[in-house]
Amino acid sequence: MDTPQKLSRKDFVSDQEVRWCPGCGDYAILAAMQRTLPELGATRENTVFVSGIGCSSRFPYYMNTYGFHTIHGRAPAVATGVKLANPKLDVWMVTGDGDGLSIGGNHLLHVLRRNVDLQILLFNNRIYGLTKGQYSPTSLVGAKTPSTPMGSLDMPLNPCQFALGANARFVARGIDTSTTTLSELFTAAYRHRGTSFVEILQNCPVFNDGCWDGVTMRDVAAENQLWVEHGKPLLFGKDKNRGLRLAAGASHVEVITIGVDGMTEADVAVHDQTNRTLAFLLAHLAPSSTSPAEGGFPMAFGVLYCDPMPSYDATVTTQNSDAVAKLGQGDIDKLLRSGHTWKVE
Amino acid sequence: MDTPVRPKDADGREILDSVVIRFAGDSGDGMQLAGMQFAQTTAVAGNDLATFPDFPAEIRAPAGTTFGVSGFQIHFASHDVLTPGDDPDVLVAMNPAALKVNLRDLPKGGLVILNTGAFTPGNLKKAGYTKNPLEDGTLDPYRKLEIDVSKLVIAAVEPHGLGTKDALRAKNLWTLGLLYWLFGRDRAPTVDWLRRKFAKRPDLAEANIAALNAGHVYGETAELPTGIASYKILKADLPKGHYRNITGNEALAWGLAAASRLADLPLLYGSYPITPASSVLHSLAGLKHYGVTTFQAEDEIAAICSAIGAAYAGIIGVTATSGPGMALKGEALGLAIMTELPLIILDVQRAGPSTGMPTKTEQSDLFQAVWGRNGDSPLVVLAPAKPGECFAFAIEAVRIALKYMTPVIVLSDGYIANGAEPWTIPSFADLPKIEVKFRQDPEGFQPYLRDPETLARNWAKPGTPGLEHRIGGIEKNFDSGHISYDPDNHHKMTLTRAAKIQGIANDLPEQTVDCGEDHGDLVVVGWGSTYGTLQQAVRRARERGLAVSHVHIRHMWPMPRNLKSLLSNFKRILVPELNNGQLVRILRAEYLLPAEPLDKISGMPFRIVEIEQAIRDALAKN
Repeated sequence: MDTPQKLSRKDFVSDQEVRWCPGCGDYAILAAMQRTLPELGATRENTVFVSGIGCSSRFPYYMNTYGFHTIHGRAPAVATGVKLANPKLDVWMVTGDGDGLSIGGNHLLHVLRRNVDLQILLFNNRIYGLTKGQYSPTSLVGAKTPSTPMGSLDMPLNPCQFALGANARFVARGIDTSTTTLSELFTAAYRHRGTSFVEILQNCPVFNDGCWDGVTMRDVAAENQLWVEHGKPLLFGKDKNRGLRLAAGASHVEVITIGVDGMTEADVAVHDQTNRTLAFLLAHLAPSSTSPAEGGFPMAFGVLYCDPMPSYDATVTTQNSDAVAKLGQGDIDKLLRSGHTWKVE
Repeated sequence: MDTPVRPKDADGREILDSVVIRFAGDSGDGMQLAGMQFAQTTAVAGNDLATFPDFPAEIRAPAGTTFGVSGFQIHFASHDVLTPGDDPDVLVAMNPAALKVNLRDLPKGGLVILNTGAFTPGNLKKAGYTKNPLEDGTLDPYRKLEIDVSKLVIAAVEPHGLGTKDALRAKNLWTLGLLYWLFGRDRAPTVDWLRRKFAKRPDLAEANIAALNAGHVYGETAELPTGIASYKILKADLPKGHYRNITGNEALAWGLAAASRLADLPLLYGSYPITPASSVLHSLAGLKHYGVTTFQAEDEIAAICSAIGAAYAGIIGVTATSGPGMALKGEALGLAIMTELPLIILDVQRAGPSTGMPTKTEQSDLFQAVWGRNGDSPLVVLAPAKPGECFAFAIEAVRIALKYMTPVIVLSDGYIANGAEPWTIPSFADLPKIEVKFRQDPEGFQPYLRDPETLARNWAKPGTPGLEHRIGGIEKNFDSGHISYDPDNHHKMTLTRAAKIQGIANDLPEQTVDCGEDHGDLVVVGWGSTYGTLQQAVRRARERGLAVSHVHIRHMWPMPRNLKSLLSNFKRILVPELNNGQLVRILRAEYLLPAEPLDKISGMPFRIVEIEQAIRDALAKN
């Protein structure tokens, strides 16, 4: 057998002109993906990108792989069909806060609970870009947009908590411009069998510019970003001297500073990516600048939760082959003659 | 059954040509089960038959009420049977409500079999009777068999240790036993079926068998009232062959499984439960060893989208629904049209709009099937006319979808879905193979390259090296397949999509005449489940010397290429439909023909006499 030729980033770049706005966070995510796939040993022909509708959902056109730009909100269902038809394919799904959590919320819920072996990337810019700037399910209360001139009244949704609530087995969070870590998250998502859900904070320079500045700007990053790693203490801050401690009863977390009030590193909670309760607490955290209602914490990034279970497509395949093993390959003539039949001579 | 003197066979049974029995009772009384067993046994006895189950949407409506009445009508004969019959000859009424709802359909002199045990003051009140119809002369115009089935069945199953409540559940089998005796049916198929059904509860099997036998013994030993005899219906002269009873939904499921094998491609059936389509999902869910994967999706939209995903990935994608679900699938159908993927959609129609009457039949999704999407979005629509035809049409739908890379809608309805008829079982070896061509060659590939003859685009499935491509709902350039907003290109692509679908007419059989000449004073044009009724009415009219023909359309879109010239040979065109005039408008719009409607929107099939009257009225206008 020939050794497969090593692919490079360029092999995954399609011949289509990218049509996102200048400065859009999607460019960085696209570049990270095109760089990561060759490193994973992915092949063009075996890779499928499925998307819904919205700015993020144009993603498949720019990947030189198989791609299906479907309809608003329905990508999870189409991707499920693709995976059931051919479980050998690597299926990525790209969606946004509007596509995935509003019109497609139902499908996202069900694909997560079924644990279909897909990588789902949800680009969260807290706004509807393609329809010119209306508020989205992740927009903050009070967001002034063309459809909410006096400010949005809707409570926002937290995508990672939504995924955990739907029993997702892999939940991670990244930032559009942190491309190295994005690459790591894509790799972890790719290796996880089952639905891997990755929320990516993404800036929309036209309709919601700076929506994540409170966590992503260089001057606040150290204090407002907590990068979690399995088995490592939940430390953050410029000097890595601040950490999260599980409050008594593990009902919430609190921020402590090592060396203050007698706190030591032993007081800092250690990340356990198989602990769903901890993941839920982590997913909720945010600084006041991006989440005025609950703020006061760094936002958690990295793999918040990973506790694999057999994927849906794998169990479907097993059930189908069990049926053949038990009943033999179906015979149409036998099927048509099952039950009561009679002959007219 | 109203002629007093009839020939008898050696056992003293009166010989009849044909009988229509209606079983009626509470929806929990097991009338559907009794009816289906009678149908199986009757088929085995060699009669031709047709059945019509008619039940409420509620699973267990309050007992004893008129809206909880469930009915099952069977028409069986020693000649060929086209419909379940207009009016019953025999009405089985298990309680006052069943009598109240159904007695109006029983012709004078008809036989009514009553369970007097259910005619309690409470049940009479629930049915809305102020006086007991058993006593006030209501039943005087009929022949009556009044039996306290409740009491007799309790006595019959007592040795099997069942409590009263469980014992009463066997009322339907007791009654079935009596009918088996009256019409000379063999109990063995039902006994076998009970033993299989209750394999894990032999006590229940034996109790039910005891009830069946007790009803039969009652017939043998009781002295029947004057005017009631035992009957024999000679075997029908059916063509030679191997037969079974089949319902429309079974036939669709089995046709899909056969099509998958004929195309040598796996099949994904993505579906969301909806009356009256769900039983197709149930059937296919048991056929995993046939290469069928079933996926019960979270909603109608996900169901069709999963099928589209499967088609994109290179297998057969199928979804099924009824009217409200079709509405939900509209946008995704547009995606399948735009991406030119093969897709099969079964629409088992029911009375609408909105939730409508879920268990009642109607033909009112024709417009929705042909035109119900945004944009100019043509696809193929087929409509089988009988339960058995559903098998061949499922295969035909797959063939057309794969050959032309298009969605194909199969319009069935509640009447075809649940109705049963004897069906000649085909041999798999005789079924035509379905050819599938996947693109393999990267040289010169683009996703919208078309076969010059069929205009079908090439099917390139993920996993094939060198054919990586992107498709979606945005308009594509005719030459490159890339996204295009070019005005002339959109015009060209719209016309191309339409031409592809219209061109399929060249691959379809020409329209034939189902009964009568290819010209005359009147043609009755129908589609779908009205077939038997129209056929019978036209036959009767022709027997009276009227120049009437019956044309039944099965390819609804594109329509048969000779349809206009055929219909133009008649002075008048009458289009009976179970809707407010849909095919009639399509015929007028497409062909500028003076087609006239005959609409019935009651949730019930046409009666033969209604069509006969309409034929007479139409001819009177000539």
